Amino acid sequence: MQKDGWRRHQVSIGIGVFAIIIIMLGWIETVQPGGFKFADITGGIVTFDTLVRVGILTIVVVGLNLLMGHAGQISLGQAGFYAIGAYVSAIMTTRAVNRGINVFFPGAVPQDWWWWPWLMILAGMVITGTIAYLIGKPILRLKGHYLAMGTLGVGLIIYILFREGSTFTGAFDGIASVPRLAIGSFEIWPRERYYFLVWAVALTVMWLSLNLVNSRVGRALRAIEGSELAAQTMGVDIEKFKLQVFVLSTVFASIAGSLYAHYQTLVNPAPFGFVGSLDLVIMAALGGLASIWGAPFGVAIIFVIKEVLRTRLHDFLHGAGGEHEIIVFGALLVLIMIFMPKGLSYGVTRAVAWFGEQWLARRGDGEDIESQVGQVA
Amino acid sequence: MLLEIRDINTYYGNIHALKGVSLHVDQGEIVAVIGGNGAGKTTLLNTISGVMHSRTGEILFKDQPISRLSPDKVVRVGISQVPERRQVFSTLNVLDNLLLGAYLRHGSVGKDQIRRDLDFVFEIFPILKGRQKQMGGTLSGGEQQMLAVGRGLMAKPELLLLDEPSLGLAPLLVREIFRVAGELREHGTTILLVEQNARAALHLADRGYVMETGEVVLEGRSEELLGDERVQEAYLGAVGS
Repeated sequence: MQKDGWRRHQVSIGIGVFAIIIIMLGWIETVQPGGFKFADITGGIVTFDTLVRVGILTIVVVGLNLLMGHAGQISLGQAGFYAIGAYVSAIMTTRAVNRGINVFFPGAVPQDWWWWPWLMILAGMVITGTIAYLIGKPILRLKGHYLAMGTLGVGLIIYILFREGSTFTGAFDGIASVPRLAIGSFEIWPRERYYFLVWAVALTVMWLSLNLVNSRVGRALRAIEGSELAAQTMGVDIEKFKLQVFVLSTVFASIAGSLYAHYQTLVNPAPFGFVGSLDLVIMAALGGLASIWGAPFGVAIIFVIKEVLRTRLHDFLHGAGGEHEIIVFGALLVLIMIFMPKGLSYGVTRAVAWFGEQWLARRGDGEDIESQVGQVA
Repeated sequence: MLLEIRDINTYYGNIHALKGVSLHVDQGEIVAVIGGNGAGKTTLLNTISGVMHSRTGEILFKDQPISRLSPDKVVRVGISQVPERRQVFSTLNVLDNLLLGAYLRHGSVGKDQIRRDLDFVFEIFPILKGRQKQMGGTLSGGEQQMLAVGRGLMAKPELLLLDEPSLGLAPLLVREIFRVAGELREHGTTILLVEQNARAALHLADRGYVMETGEVVLEGRSEELLGDERVQEAYLGAVGS
């Protein structure tokens, strides 16, 4: 109980440190001191574009963290909700007018309607949340593998609806020329500006989630994860909590989807299928299912692995192209899951503790030797 | 009557698990329900606590019907269950486990009240006091049972439902748990206890019910049941003459 105050500080300090790192990376890219760009730090392998994408997916993965790591529920259909956000934004800022949904302005969004895309991000959140609520009510009664299958099905249905949506969703081609976001006449572009927007949202989402986890609600969620029966007998309304966390995680996914749509300016069904959902779960597991802090690292590592494989693989394996990345990718995952089943954040913490002990032990030995030497002398 | 159960029938799908069970618990007493595996004892407790619902029949708590309430509402009216196999939250520490017991009371009562209840739990289970920061999953079986009971008490229940507290515990620990149950009665907590360990349960309880395949087949004062030939033969290990 006394710990509460300290924990709150811990969260603020952590978010602060994180924000400083984000700002520094953004500053390097914006100012380019001595003609030095972000991509130069990584030898051109990881580009600034990757950092923006990591930020976008971090928002989704933090939601999955809450759902899977803290409430113990699984979702193999999260990419579907990510898609809803992306498509709501894309449709409502491009072709809505032709469909009679938007009667306010013809053609593209006019300059003085700059707030319209922002409003549509909110609309996407509301729509996604409502759909998740309606689906979640029956589906969250399922447990374990059945819930995995259920959410998998939901994700696929959403994906197929968008893929087969003919001219409304653009089918396979999707929707092009989604406008950039702007505040008044200040366009959130070039990329550096968008980077700051994305990470501001990501850090806010992380901050909210960390506070949620450390509250009474967080304790109730972990109780549900531990034992649903026992949580019930403690008076935790498990159905309500499971549903609320599920809806919250899909709303996060929706925000990320909208940000993706305005970043890519093109939305098509490809990233939203089963593989998309699976990637998200892998990112969450890699970072550590119960660790909000692990989320950005899980996402970043998967991205980096993919980039490295894509750009470097053909050097090692003659003639190997991008399609072989999946093999190395799979092997790496198996290794990480074997040696760090609780995810990187946990594995790294343990490794640091281990090295610390080794260091102390060695130092202790050193002192012993010295004292022995002293005795001999 | 604190709790009155009238003719309830509970099903698992098509399996008729409770067949017209009726029983009652008076204020301040310990009532034991004994019976073998599959007799429906746990189903009975789960039906009372709202984890399961009976198809027909009525459950009254302080004359109010509770048979249709969800589990959290049942906790709210003053019934707390200590589930079978303890179900301690293994990834939470002892203190958080206990605080979860008071989950519904946060906000409605002050922190100092919850602090006092914690002290009470530590008083009856001193071993938990030194383990507050330890994860629930790392406790021994006996300690986990104590934690589960303590967690149940943190809800300040008028009626405590104990499901097989002796399960998998060494005899000495069983005695300890039952001693505490007796102590709780002194403090005014009413207990409905479900047990396979019939002898220990009946020695503690004021009254008892014997269940077989979903039905109450016998009821009476504990001494009567302990002296009953059929009970002795079936549950107390006496050799029939």
